[in-house]
Amino acid sequence: MSSSLASLLPGQDATIVAVQADEALHHRLTAMGFRAGKPVKLMRRGAFFGPLHVRVGSTDVIIRRTDAIHIKIAPAA
Amino acid sequence: MKRIALLGMPNTGKSTLFNRLSGASARVGNWPGVTVDLFTAKIIVGGDMVELVDLPGIYDLHGYADDEKLVRHFLEAQQLDLLAVLVNAAQLDRQLVLPLQLKQLGFPIVLLVNMIDEAKKLGIAIDAPSLAAGMGARVVKVSAKYGDGHKDMMLALAQALTAPEANVEKAPQRLAEDDVVERQAADLMRSSVHVPARLPAQFSDQLDRVLMNQWLGLPLFFLAMYGVFSGVFTLGAPLQGWLGDAFGLVKMGVLEPLLSGAPPLVYGLLVEGIFDGVATVASFVPLIVLFFFFMAIVEDSGYLSRAAYLMDALMARMGLDGRSFVMLLMGFGCNVPALMGTRVMRSRPLRLLSMLVIPFSLCSARLQVFLFIIAALFTARQAPLVLTSLYIMSFVIAFLTALLFKGKRQFRSEEPFVIELPPYRLPTLRQVWVRGWLEARHFLVRASKIIVAGVVLVWLLTHLPAGVAPAGPDSYAGLIGRFMQPILGPLGIDEKLTIALIFGFVAKEIVIGALVVIYGLEGDALTQHIGHSMSWIQGYSFMLFTLIYTPCLSTIATLRSESKSLRFTMFALAWPLFLAWLVSFAFYQVASRLVTL
Repeated sequence: MSSSLASLLPGQDATIVAVQADEALHHRLTAMGFRAGKPVKLMRRGAFFGPLHVRVGSTDVIIRRTDAIHIKIAPAA
Repeated sequence: MKRIALLGMPNTGKSTLFNRLSGASARVGNWPGVTVDLFTAKIIVGGDMVELVDLPGIYDLHGYADDEKLVRHFLEAQQLDLLAVLVNAAQLDRQLVLPLQLKQLGFPIVLLVNMIDEAKKLGIAIDAPSLAAGMGARVVKVSAKYGDGHKDMMLALAQALTAPEANVEKAPQRLAEDDVVERQAADLMRSSVHVPARLPAQFSDQLDRVLMNQWLGLPLFFLAMYGVFSGVFTLGAPLQGWLGDAFGLVKMGVLEPLLSGAPPLVYGLLVEGIFDGVATVASFVPLIVLFFFFMAIVEDSGYLSRAAYLMDALMARMGLDGRSFVMLLMGFGCNVPALMGTRVMRSRPLRLLSMLVIPFSLCSARLQVFLFIIAALFTARQAPLVLTSLYIMSFVIAFLTALLFKGKRQFRSEEPFVIELPPYRLPTLRQVWVRGWLEARHFLVRASKIIVAGVVLVWLLTHLPAGVAPAGPDSYAGLIGRFMQPILGPLGIDEKLTIALIFGFVAKEIVIGALVVIYGLEGDALTQHIGHSMSWIQGYSFMLFTLIYTPCLSTIATLRSESKSLRFTMFALAWPLFLAWLVSFAFYQVASRLVTL
């Protein structure tokens, strides 16, 4: 099982391997810049299981953990 | 007339560019996806009058959100001569796909690479001629905010209108597979854009370390909001006073001499009805305009996205999300713009649930009523505590309502919460001015119609049938008050207060004025009279009812126009009425018994 964006620790870098979401969410994530091969960095996590602050390419995005599990990642090379 | 449509992803500065091109017409917001209604403007391009249409920001040509469907429909159905496609220069890596898709569909496009000022600071270099060659379209680097590249842009638009590129295929192609376009975009990035390997440390990052901090973030946010509200009231109160004085002068110096010969009923309706009513409400305009200026600064700065991040965890448990919270907060100023702000939500159930709870926000008009009643019934030491308790109630009621209804089919949303976090930006004075002025103008247009009608109705109710004492027991208002007694009596609300509540239905701003008319007393005399004639339990029950029950007519009109559903509007009207009764009833009955024990 590959790990997802939601499992990253603050400050960690990774590379996106796949986006496994239904079509609507997939479109939205793709447009935000979540694409296979793109580098991502977890900036911080919200208190009380709040959303994640993620930097993907040159865009900063806030994403809930429940949505972030659809983004599969591999540790940065 | 030729037609140009402006298109781009959210947060590319599209509205700012539209405002710059058109003078001032569209809303600007550093908040993804603000424009929902289509704004159009007539502008001069290359000596000819051209219609410019501002399309909502979209992420994707084949997305499912309402605004994406709208744009697709617009592109299919409308005659277009040119698409001006706006992209954020700092985010070309993911934004080039959109213009490439449009190009492939056969649209003549001009690519406007906006926010070139921010890209420069990040060390991003863009080779416009190379990009133009690769795209097969004219490419101009601009800064909509500061006006850089404006001349080049106008020239490119004019040229594209008169001499379309030769290689534009007239027959729209089928949209190729996504990965083809993506490969094309990646190639263009490699050939025409240089992004430094390490982006320079940004001021935004340092600021976020503090403002989005796990522990400091929320307290700082509440402090900032407190700053906004106290700023609005500190600056607004004197303006409000001057405006009130000016209206007084007009009444004494112009209206009274002019209408002194008119029949009493006509004089009463025109002066004591319409003029006094409208003047009372108009005296709040400075507060509202200031509030919009402050909110424009907060909104354009990018801070609201941070607030949404900070509060999302809590809001998620109530079936809402971080954006709903931001709108609840904006509701503290006025519920109407807060309701309109829910347009950024893509899922209708989420939007409706947010719209259901926003009217519980203790708006500035209700605040005025509370300040008055609290001053009459409580000591100076108790006053801040009483007011704070009402603010807390406002949140409790909103959250309770969301919790109760989040499971219902029409409010249950599975909308993902994925929003862009724009860098902090300092809005220009021009942006703040245009934005604040537009909002204030909308408010005035909307409010003036409804308030004049409401004031006339209320005046007639208190003065008819002819010959009765104003708001006396035999007037229609008195009859209604007596009729309502079986319902409102158990809440400690007597006939006279009932009439005030009916006034408050029109606009909470009128409640104090209503009490003036009903009791026939003004200023300190009224405060003292209320202090003697009402118990604190009655007063608090009255305030609870005022806080929760049906918001003003403007809010109802906005609920109707934004939801486009009469059923939802009726529900959003009935539920608060019921809840207000229940809460006030429980409070009054329990508190009265506890006191007599």
